[in-house]
Amino acid sequence: MNQLFDFTVNKDTNTIHITREFAADLDLVWDAFTKAEMLDQWLAPKPWRTQTKEMDFREGGRWLYAMVSPENVSHWSLVEFIKIEDKSFFSGRNTFSDENGKSISSGFSLTSNTFKATGETTTVYVEKKFDSLSTLEMMVAKGFKEGMAMAMSNLDEYLLTLVTSK
Amino acid sequence: MRRDIFQAIADPTRRAILVLIAVQAMTPNAIAEHFDITRQSISRHIRILSQCDLLAQKQEGREIFYQLKIDKMKEIDIWLDQFRKITEEGFQRLDQLLLTLKNKKK
Repeated sequence: MNQLFDFTVNKDTNTIHITREFAADLDLVWDAFTKAEMLDQWLAPKPWRTQTKEMDFREGGRWLYAMVSPENVSHWSLVEFIKIEDKSFFSGRNTFSDENGKSISSGFSLTSNTFKATGETTTVYVEKKFDSLSTLEMMVAKGFKEGMAMAMSNLDEYLLTLVTSK
Repeated sequence: MRRDIFQAIADPTRRAILVLIAVQAMTPNAIAEHFDITRQSISRHIRILSQCDLLAQKQEGREIFYQLKIDKMKEIDIWLDQFRKITEEGFQRLDQLLLTLKNKKK
């Protein structure tokens, strides 16, 4: 199965554009992006897992979840939902937080997700705008760490240099 | 202090300096002419860029010319490529989940 996957970066606006086609109908794909019990099943790279603490999917509501390491260390993230159009569009503001949803970094990204039924498949357009390139780097560093925790011992050192130089 | 490329590009003035010196080697004075800020703060930006190991220097008489080490800018592309991979792998897990759910429905 070779599905459409497009990933482009605009460095001038700190924005990433992603287009992906999924072999399922709109209802199912919408649920996979908006229901905690489904997000928890696919978002985290193994051996990490996603754990939702709060999910309130409505405009002004929030999703508080953690990426949990194999050693049971939780890295919390918060999404505050801004605009929702059922089975068509939602946008939110993403930050790194503590377990109560209190932001732990000034960096954030704004994400908008657009869903379109395309016959038997569904196409999702994601636009992710970072407040700065360093936030993007931090997100990548965290995601990278989660994905390849074992191989990247130098990343901790790298993150430390970012923190201590602030 | 060790610095990295992301600190270099976190600042709009430094990004603009990088664009200028990507095209040609320039003296600090020539760089400063493009900006409406003090020569002192231009020097500070140049120092940070230099600490990030982004600048090649050459001396001509009394003048120092700075030029961008273009290879260093590729580091950010490496990070972006990692982000692409993380995203792609997440979507592949979602493909599997959708497939499982569809088969359950049948």
